[in-house]
Amino acid sequence: MLHSSLWIYKNRMNNREERQNNTNGKKPNSDKKNKFVREVAEKKYEYGFTTDVQTEIIDKGLNEEVVRLISAKKEEPEWMLEFRLKAFRYWLTQEQPDWAHLKMPEIDYQAISYYADPTKGMKKDGPKSLDEIDPELMKTFDKLGIPLEERLALSGTAVDAVMDSVSVKTTFKEKLSERGIIFCSISEAVREYPDLVRRYLGSVVPYRDNYFAALNSAVFSDGSFVYIPKGVRCPMELSTYFRINARNTGQFERTLIVCDDGGYVSYLEGCTAPMRDENQLHAAIVEIVVNENAEVKYSTVQNWYPGDAEGKGGVLNLVTKRGHLRGANSKLSWTQVETGSAITWKYPSCVLSGDNSQAEFYSVAVTNNYQQADTGTKMIHLGRNTKSTIISKGISAGKSQNSYRGLVRVAPNADGARNYSSCDSLLLGSECGAHTFPYMDVHNDTAIVEHEATTSKISEEQLFYCNQRGIPTEEAVGLIVNGYAKEVINKLPMEFAVEAQKLLSVSLEGTVG
Amino acid sequence: MKSEQQYIDIFTDCRGMIDQHSGGALNTLRDEAFASFARLGFPTGKVERYKYTDVPAAFEPDYGLNFKRLEFPVNPYEAFRCDVPNLSTSLYFVVNDSFYDKALPAVTLPEGVIVCSLKEAATKHADKVTDYYGKAANVSGDALTALNTMFAQDGLFVYVPRKVVVERPIQVVNISRSDVDLMVNRRVLVVMEEGAQARLLFCDHTVDEHRFLTTQVVEVFAKENAHLELYELEETHVKNTRFSNVYIHQERDSVVSHYGITLHNGTTRNLTDVVMKGENATTNLYGLVIADKQQKVDNNTLIDHAAEYSMSNQLYKYVLDEKSQGAFAGRILVRQGAQHTVSNERNANLCATKEARMFTQPMLEIYADDVKCSHGATVGQMDEQALFYMRQRGISLDEARMLLKFAFAGEVVEAIGLEALRDRLRHLIEKRFRGELGRCSGCAVCG
Repeated sequence: MLHSSLWIYKNRMNNREERQNNTNGKKPNSDKKNKFVREVAEKKYEYGFTTDVQTEIIDKGLNEEVVRLISAKKEEPEWMLEFRLKAFRYWLTQEQPDWAHLKMPEIDYQAISYYADPTKGMKKDGPKSLDEIDPELMKTFDKLGIPLEERLALSGTAVDAVMDSVSVKTTFKEKLSERGIIFCSISEAVREYPDLVRRYLGSVVPYRDNYFAALNSAVFSDGSFVYIPKGVRCPMELSTYFRINARNTGQFERTLIVCDDGGYVSYLEGCTAPMRDENQLHAAIVEIVVNENAEVKYSTVQNWYPGDAEGKGGVLNLVTKRGHLRGANSKLSWTQVETGSAITWKYPSCVLSGDNSQAEFYSVAVTNNYQQADTGTKMIHLGRNTKSTIISKGISAGKSQNSYRGLVRVAPNADGARNYSSCDSLLLGSECGAHTFPYMDVHNDTAIVEHEATTSKISEEQLFYCNQRGIPTEEAVGLIVNGYAKEVINKLPMEFAVEAQKLLSVSLEGTVG
Repeated sequence: MKSEQQYIDIFTDCRGMIDQHSGGALNTLRDEAFASFARLGFPTGKVERYKYTDVPAAFEPDYGLNFKRLEFPVNPYEAFRCDVPNLSTSLYFVVNDSFYDKALPAVTLPEGVIVCSLKEAATKHADKVTDYYGKAANVSGDALTALNTMFAQDGLFVYVPRKVVVERPIQVVNISRSDVDLMVNRRVLVVMEEGAQARLLFCDHTVDEHRFLTTQVVEVFAKENAHLELYELEETHVKNTRFSNVYIHQERDSVVSHYGITLHNGTTRNLTDVVMKGENATTNLYGLVIADKQQKVDNNTLIDHAAEYSMSNQLYKYVLDEKSQGAFAGRILVRQGAQHTVSNERNANLCATKEARMFTQPMLEIYADDVKCSHGATVGQMDEQALFYMRQRGISLDEARMLLKFAFAGEVVEAIGLEALRDRLRHLIEKRFRGELGRCSGCAVCG
């Protein structure tokens, strides 16, 4: 397993090496070690290309008809349509919240098309083998380095690649189904496993939860569904690569992960998006249900298009993520590395209702240029002896604004609840901002809640130390930042960790001079 | 009816009367304040800075307002026993919101130092008051400040001229005294000229069982190299509601320390806003809250680092017993260009019962890169091991708990500059923890 992961890593590195050579030819004197970083700094957003696939897009605008149309296109049962309609009607009564520390461009919800289907034009039953997939689409995945092809099976990664709205190809499904694990697109799950979906969909994030949750519930296009049966450990890491592709199409994923008693799953999500001028709206929902003695690890590397150096364009990433630790001794861990998106507004949260349940939140958020991030977590302690840990590292550079916002609530019955939060911010540059807004609400005398935060810049001494030993400033900054974020990066699965580390250096390139 | 409407009505009806019994700068600002109050209304839970205190509910009941400045019969010497013993001070009284000028202290203040009624100062020292009145307070943005500015008729004016050092602490005892439920709108203006130094001690007391609603706006101007220590000690009763907004403007090299100590109260909401306009200014904010029954205390601070090399420290400690509720929200804002700022914020809380509830929200908002800022917040209970250790040695559980609480609160007490006040507070806190402190420490009523 490790070998194959390494193989992928090597393979990706080779690809990058090639690209470097292409651009680097013009700069013969560049430091060899620093080559990669320099190369990335000079080139434009690597994943900024548009694939010409026969996308079926419905007209722009949002009304009840559109909701019905989406439901009809996906051949959904009646109850699903009802769910969407209820959510849509609720959404109409709501106003977009504005409490975040963000300067949001106005979103015209009527100027967005709510459904795009890149697989239409293919056989109705969907592709059976790789040959049936649109070659253009395959190229896109190749460029992204998604290990979709069968030859990558050894990597032990099952991929449910979401491109725009409809799941194109799911690998390893059979292997997983042997153990009773369900890993498929949510639209498929609605058709194939209606009882499960009906039972859990909206149980963690109800459609009334917030403005964007209501919007997503009304128009969600596709996403992943994972069900781990009782006592089953998922033998491989599950991952989904999200990609926003069709121009002006909002991407409204819906992910539902249910881990039954004693189960275990590690789920990875990684994102890149093509270059766009308009802001792209992305309002997803991730729901996780963790039952007794079960454990779920959810890792994200988010690298959507952040807009150009002038702050033009970029993805609006407005996501509701929540896990419900229902059973005793359950465990949930969120790990996120956020380097992309013009605006990131999300709080992966945990509701700890099972006794002795444990939740963790590890986050690195990097903002550069005009990016804005308001991210953090919520830990709601309801059960006895529940424990939560929050480690958040913010790095701001350029003219960006980076905020941590978190809530730790201890309910009256949560005896022995324990929370530790630590939020550090690193400032690179005099025009950026780093903010921390932790909220604590403790209603129990046996709870211990601790919070600490620091904000600082990279110390001159550390830089001097590196310089003294022949490490150029730029590289030294990379070193220090990586060391700073290590605590979080270490929590990621290996190949993700490598990617995340690179992303950090790339995102911060050119900030120190 | 919305609770702000009764205040809007009363203001329009009684405008003439309010003006007549006040004067100068106080009257000129009323229109502006009224406009912003009418626009803002009372802040609801959705307003970030007021989310922990239910303001409309506090202003809902019917309170009397003393616009005609009728004199309440009061013997300040009744309250004189609340004095901090062994502390030699220049003692002044403010009864409700009127400066009590019938028993002025015999001491002579250094030349040029003014301690007087704000109403009197508005005419006698019109130039000084006009220059500062309403200049620090956020009349346009804060509804309670606007409300206070609408109704304030009197209060206290303290002026310390250039390079004058007032050795003896100035003590002001605010007495709430009334035969009916009363709303009091008190205004305080403190001006410290260049290099001036002073220590101010405000003690809040109630001498009646009636319900009181106090709004207070304090404006402090600390000029270059001025040093000010400002102590506020609240010992009122459970039917007392206090809204205090303190605005501090600091110029370069100035040092301002503010201590807010809440020993006994009903509902208290303290807002402290500091703007550090000049380089190398220092601000220290300390808070200590001891609450039980159903007391509510909400401290909200904002330190605005607007210049380089400024430094701030904040330490707030809460001991919450029974069904009390505490809230702390501290925001540190470091503006762009305010390099070399050093800022620390700490909030530690002890919940002694299951019903006690604490909200805490330390915030950092930083737009400059060469800064050192940190904040920390904890909510916990007493250390079992420490309790066990003491019980092993024959100290009863109650006593052991008391000792631990006392030690916890001690950190704030030790930071107090006035030695006599420190001693007195140790005594008061101990009494408070023993449950011996009836309503307030030593007024005639409590005996």
